[in-house]
Amino acid sequence: MITIEVNGRSVRAEKGEMLLSALRRAGITVPTLCHIDGLTPSGACRICVVEVEGQRNLVPSCAFPAADGMKIRTHSPRAVSARRTIVELLLANHPDDCLYCSRNGNCQLQTLAEELGVRQRRFAGDRTRHTLDTSSPSIARDPAKCILCGKCVRVCEEVQSVAAIDFIGRGSRAKIGTAFDEGLNVSSCVNCGQCINVCPTGALTEQSHIKEVLDALDDPNKVVVVQHAPAVSVTLGEEFGLPAGADVAGAMTATLRRLGFDRVFDTGFAADLTIMEEGSELVYRIKNGGRLPMLTSCSPGWIKFVESYYPDFLDNLSTCKSPQQMMGAVIKHYFAQREGLAPSRIYSVSIMPCTAKKFEAGRPEMGNGTDPDIDAVLTTRELARIIRMRGLSLLDMPAETADTPFGERTTAGKLFGASGGVMEAAIRSAHYLITGEEMGNLNVHDVRGLNGVKEARVNIAGLDVGVAVVSGLGNACKLLDQIRAGRSDLHFIEVMTCPGGCIAGGGQPLGTSSEAVRSRMKALYSIDNQEAVRTSHHNESVKRLYAEFLGEPLSEKSHHLLHTHYTRREVLV
Amino acid sequence: MVTVDLQPILQRYPNASRDALIPILQEVQEHQGYLSREAVVEIGKHLRLPASKIYGVATFYNQFRFQPQGRNHIQVCRGTACHVKGSAAVLDTLKRELKIDAGQTTRDGQFSLEVVACIGACGLAPVICVNGEFHAGVTTKSIAKILDSYRRKATPNDGNEAA
Amino acid sequence: MTATKLPELLSWVVDSDTADPQRQQRLAELRRDRVNRPVIYVGAGTCGLGAGAQETLTAIHEYLDKNEIKADVVKVGCIGLCSAEPLVDIQLPGRTRVSFKHITGAKVVSLLSSVLTGKMPEDLVLGQHRNDSLEPWLDVAYLDEHPFFAPQTRWVLTNCGLVDPSQMDEYIARGGYKALVKALREHTPDALCDMVEASGLRGRGGGGFPTGKKWKFARQSPGDQKYLICNADEGDPGAFMDRAVIESDPHRLVEGMAIAAYAIGASKAYVYIRAEYPLAIKRLKAAIAEAESNNLLGQDILGSGFDLKVIIKMGAGAFVCGEETALIHSIEGKRGMPRPRPPFPAISGLFGKPTIINNVETLANLPTLVDHGAEWFSAVGTKTSKGTKVFALSGKVARTGLVEVAMGMPIRQVVFDIGGGIPNGKAYKAVQIGGPSGGCIPSQHLDIDIDYESLKTVGAMMGSGGLVVMDEDTCMVDMAKFFMDFIQRESCGKCIPCREGTRRMLEILNRITRGRKKERGIEALERFKSVLHMQSLAETIRDTSLCGLGQTAPNPVLSTLRWFRDEYESHIYDRHCPAAACSELVTYSIIADKCRGCTLCAKKCPTEAIVGAAKSPHHVVVDKCIGCGSCLDSCRFDAIVKQ
Repeated sequence: MITIEVNGRSVRAEKGEMLLSALRRAGITVPTLCHIDGLTPSGACRICVVEVEGQRNLVPSCAFPAADGMKIRTHSPRAVSARRTIVELLLANHPDDCLYCSRNGNCQLQTLAEELGVRQRRFAGDRTRHTLDTSSPSIARDPAKCILCGKCVRVCEEVQSVAAIDFIGRGSRAKIGTAFDEGLNVSSCVNCGQCINVCPTGALTEQSHIKEVLDALDDPNKVVVVQHAPAVSVTLGEEFGLPAGADVAGAMTATLRRLGFDRVFDTGFAADLTIMEEGSELVYRIKNGGRLPMLTSCSPGWIKFVESYYPDFLDNLSTCKSPQQMMGAVIKHYFAQREGLAPSRIYSVSIMPCTAKKFEAGRPEMGNGTDPDIDAVLTTRELARIIRMRGLSLLDMPAETADTPFGERTTAGKLFGASGGVMEAAIRSAHYLITGEEMGNLNVHDVRGLNGVKEARVNIAGLDVGVAVVSGLGNACKLLDQIRAGRSDLHFIEVMTCPGGCIAGGGQPLGTSSEAVRSRMKALYSIDNQEAVRTSHHNESVKRLYAEFLGEPLSEKSHHLLHTHYTRREVLV
Repeated sequence: MVTVDLQPILQRYPNASRDALIPILQEVQEHQGYLSREAVVEIGKHLRLPASKIYGVATFYNQFRFQPQGRNHIQVCRGTACHVKGSAAVLDTLKRELKIDAGQTTRDGQFSLEVVACIGACGLAPVICVNGEFHAGVTTKSIAKILDSYRRKATPNDGNEAA
Repeated sequence: MTATKLPELLSWVVDSDTADPQRQQRLAELRRDRVNRPVIYVGAGTCGLGAGAQETLTAIHEYLDKNEIKADVVKVGCIGLCSAEPLVDIQLPGRTRVSFKHITGAKVVSLLSSVLTGKMPEDLVLGQHRNDSLEPWLDVAYLDEHPFFAPQTRWVLTNCGLVDPSQMDEYIARGGYKALVKALREHTPDALCDMVEASGLRGRGGGGFPTGKKWKFARQSPGDQKYLICNADEGDPGAFMDRAVIESDPHRLVEGMAIAAYAIGASKAYVYIRAEYPLAIKRLKAAIAEAESNNLLGQDILGSGFDLKVIIKMGAGAFVCGEETALIHSIEGKRGMPRPRPPFPAISGLFGKPTIINNVETLANLPTLVDHGAEWFSAVGTKTSKGTKVFALSGKVARTGLVEVAMGMPIRQVVFDIGGGIPNGKAYKAVQIGGPSGGCIPSQHLDIDIDYESLKTVGAMMGSGGLVVMDEDTCMVDMAKFFMDFIQRESCGKCIPCREGTRRMLEILNRITRGRKKERGIEALERFKSVLHMQSLAETIRDTSLCGLGQTAPNPVLSTLRWFRDEYESHIYDRHCPAAACSELVTYSIIADKCRGCTLCAKKCPTEAIVGAAKSPHHVVVDKCIGCGSCLDSCRFDAIVKQ
C-alpha cells in the first residue's frame, strides 16, 4: 500500500492502482462517462480529469496509476472548469429534448450538467444530423443523443464477443453504427441490451411495447394475461427505492392486477415445465447417443448468437423453447381451451429482464404463423414506468399470489433468474428422472456465483455427468472453441447471454452495480432456501398440465407446443 | 455489381491475424478500385473479424472508398504550402468546372475528385495529382487545360467501348 | 566477428584495405570521382517528376540515341532545391559535375548539344560540384557557394541527389554501412544507448524527446520480443523530408534502423510509411531486399548473431497516426485511435511488447553519429539541441526545397539567405513552423535560433520541420482556420475536448470570416459571444485532450492570436480581411478607367454579379458577389481590384 495526498488529506492506494478506484474507495466522487469497471480504461470522455502536481496537463483519473506521495486535487477550479467545458461541448451537439427523453431524470449527462451548474448554452453551433435506427425489434438507437463514450462498443465486443457495432468515421463525423451503417436488425446484434445498460444517455433504449400493452388493457374485448420472469421480482423494487435484491413478487402480482391484467402468471411455472422437457431431453440424448454436449436454449440472445456465429452447434442446442415461449404456447392453447376463449382474444404480455425476449417473441416459429404466442414484452424498466404512469404505489401493495393454472412455481424455477440456476434445477430433476430418487443435498454449490465460467462433475447413479455454466457470450465463445478443438468431457452446458444471468439482463434497472447483481443473486438463493418445494418435478400444476393436456415430457403434443428448431442465420458477422 | 475473386489476394495472407487487415484492404482496393460489401464480408471471414470492425477501420482512414472512382481520379493537395499558394481556389475551380463536390464522381464517370492532406511535394505548390501524375504550380487558369488533356485522352477509349 | 563475413566492397571500406589500386579505382568509380564517359544525372524524386523530369529523361534518351552518343543516364534522388526542378547534372570525363536548373524536356536538346561540346549554357547553370581530383569549369560557381547550399550542414541529406538510390554499392563507397559494422563490432547495445544519449540527439519527429534515453526504457524493459518502428507517416502537411530521404538515400534509413534495433534489442522492425509516397515505398523495398541479400539485414547480420527483419506497412491516411499509440493500433489493424499513457510504448507497445518509435530523420542521423562519435555530433548545435535539422521550406519564398542546417541557426537566415526571401517584392509576414501542432513566427522574432526550447518561447515548436513562409497576402485568421479545419477533420473522434472542441473552434473562426450578408438575427451576437469563449475553449482542449494531437490542436489559433491580434480584430469588428484573402470579406471592384467592357468577367461570373453594357465599363454588384475571384482571373486589363 502507498499513500497519496488527495485534496490535502492522505488516502491509501495500491501501488499502480488507477487513481479513480483509489478515490472512489476513499469516498471521493469523480464523475466519469466512459468508465466500465473491469475493462481497460479508454480515457475517452476526459470528465474524470484531476490535477496532479508535477503534471503539465490535467490527467484522467481512470487511466492514471497512483504513485507514492502523489498530490492530487480532484475539484480544483481548473479541474472543475475543464469538466464543465467538456460537458458544455457535449451539450452543444446534443438535442435539447430532455423532457421527451426516455432517460429524463436518469441520464448521466443531465446529472453532470446539473452538478456542474451548466445554466446556459455557451457554445452554439451546428449539430450533427442523424437518423434514428428503430429497425431492431429490441433496441432503438438515437445517434443524436450519443456522446461517443464507446461503452456500448466495448461491452458488445469485449464482454459479449458480438461486435455488432463499432465506431464509424473519424473526428466530428465519427459515430457508432453497424457494418455499412445499416440497421441493427440486419446486423449481428443479438439484442441482449447490455449496451443499453451501460449507455449514459438516451442514445440506446429498448424498443418500447408500453403503448401496445396499454391499448390492450383498455380494450374490453381482450383478455390480457401477463407472466413475469423469475428475475423481475428481485429487481423491480429498485425502481421504487428498495435495496437491490428485495423480493416484491407478491406486491408486483397485486400491482399487475390493479393495472388491469386479467390473469397474472409466473414464468417460474414455465421454467419448471422447461426443466421437465429439457431434463428429459438430456437424459434421452445421453441414453440414445444424441448430440452432446447439450446446450440450454432459454436465453434468446444466445440462440441468435449460435445461429449467427456457431451454426455448427445448432444441433447441440436443446430444442426446448424458452420458458417465456413455453408459457406463451400453453396460454394460447391449453389456457384458451380451458377458458373457452379464442386464442385471438387473448393478449399475452410478458414482463422480462431482457430485451432479446422482444426479438424472441417476434420469431416466426413462435406462434401459429399469423398470431404470435406472446403479443408484447415489457422489460422491468418498462413495467416500472407503467406502474408510475398509472399512479400505483408498489410499496403499498398487499402481497398476492399468481393465478392458476400457471401461477405455481417451485424454487428451482425461480433459480432460472441467476446464472447457474437452470443447471441446478436441471440436475435436481435429472437425478430424479434417472434414479427415481431425490438428491440427498439439493444444493449444487459449484454452479453458483458470479464467475463467468463454472464447471462441475455430477455423479448420478454411476453416470459421471460433466456440466458447465457460462454467462456472458465472450465466455461462451471460449468454451465453444474448446469443444470445437476437441474437448469432449461435457454433457450439458448452461449459457446465459448476460454476465451473471437474467438478474443482470438488458431490461433491468439502469445503473446496476456489481454489488447489486450480487444482492439479487443472493435473494434468489435465499428464496430457494426458505421455501419447501425445490424441485421442478414436484410442481403440482406442471404435473396437472401433463396429466390433462400434454401427456408426458417429449410427447408429441409437447414437441408441437414446447419445442422448436433453429436455423443458420446469414448476418454480417 | 462486379464480383471479384479475392482468393488470390487472401491466399497471400495465410493464417493471418488482425494486423494483416489494413494491407489486405489496401490490396483489395487496389484490385477492385474500391471496397465492395462482398469484399468486406469475405475479408472478415478470412481474418475471422466482424464486418463492423472492418467497416470501422476502413472508414477511419482517408484511403478507403466504398464507391468506385472516376476514370480520371483527381487528388487536390490541401497541405499548408499548397494552401498558402492558393489551393483553396484551385479546389473551388475544380468543383465548379466538374460540377461535383470533393469525394464525388461526375455523372459521366469521367472524373472523381478527392482532397488529400499532403502529397509531399510542397516545393511545387499548389499541386494536383491526376491518375498518379503530378501537376505542379497549378493555377485557377491552368485547370481547364489540364482537364481537357484528360478528356481528350479518354475520348478514343470511350469510342471503342461504345463500338 | 570476422571480416570475411562482410560483403566484399564493405570490407574494403571498413578494413581500410584500399591500398590495392584496382580497389581504389572501383571505389572512385562508384563515387563517380572518375568517369569514362559523360554521365547525365536526372533528379527523379517525386518533386523532380512532378516538375516534369520524366519528359526530361525521355528527351535525353532520344537525344543520345539520335546522335549516337554513349553516355550514362543516372536517376538520382533530390538534392533539395525544388524550385529549380527538373534538375539535371552533367559530368564529362575528367571534369567536375555541373548542375543545371529548370531542365524541362524542351530544354534538353540545347543543354546537351552545348555541354557535350564543352560549352556552358550560363542561364541554365546552377553550379558545379567541388571535387579536387577533377578539373573544374572556369567561370562556373561552385554549388557549395550557392546561397541555397552555402549555409547548410548536410549530414542526413549528404548523399541526396548525388547517388543512385537503387545502387547500394554507391552508398557503401561513400562510407555507408560503416557505422553499422562499427556498432556491431565495437559497441555493446548498452554502450550505443549511452553514446546516443551523450550525443544529445533528440527525436526529429516533433516531440524532441532524447533518443538515447527513450531507447534505454525499451532496452531495460523485460520482454522476449521488442520492436522498432520507423515512423515515416509524415502527416504534417508541409513537410516532406522523410519522403525525400527515403527516395534519395534509402540505405541510410536501413542502416540507421539496423543500428537502433541492435541498440534496443529488437529483432523486428516496421516502417510505417504513407501510402501517398509510392516512389519512396518502391525504393525502400528494393533497398531492404538488397540489404537482406547482403546480410546487412536478416539472420545473424554480418556474423554478429543479431537478427533483424524489416517489414513495410503502408499507412492508410490519418494524421493522428503520427501519435505513437495510434500508430501502433494502426499497425495492429485497428482504428488509429490513441490510448492513454502510461503504459508507454517503450514498456508495452506493439502487440503489448516493448516498442521504440523513431522518426525517419532521427534514424537517418545514426550512421553519421555512430561513425563520428557522440562528441563530434554534439559539437554542432546549441546547448540543448544538438546536430542538424532538416526543414521543408515552402510557401511564399523564392527558393523552396529541403534544407539541412545546424541547430542554432536563426530562422531569418533560413528564410532570407537560403530561401532567398519573399518573391514579387512582397513583405514577409510569418513563417509557420511545426505544422498543425506548431505556431507561427512573426517578423519581430525572425532572429530566433532553431532550437527546441527557444522555439517554444514564442509559442512555436520544432515539429517535424515544415517551414511554410507567408507574405502580406496571407491572412493569419485564414491560416488558423485552415489548420483548425485540418485538425477537426483529422481528429480521431475519441476524446470529447478534441472532437467537439476543435469543431467549435472552427465554427468560431468560420463565423468571423463569414460575410455580413449571410448573417441573420442574433448571429452577430453569437459571433461576439463565441469569440469571448475562444481562449478558454482553447485552453481546455490543450489541458484535457487525450493525445498530443488534441493537446496541441489549439496552437495555430493561440499562436496567430498572440502575434496577429490586430488581424483578428479587423475581421471581428471591421468585417474586413487586411490580406484580402477571406473570400467572403473581400470586395471586388472595377476601375472604370481601365475597363474596356470586353464582358469576359461578366461571362465568367458564376452569380451574375457583374453588370454593364459591352464596350462600356462594368461594375460589380456587391450583394451578389460571392468573392470567388473568377473575374480577377479573367480580366486582361488589370481593371479589377480586390480589397
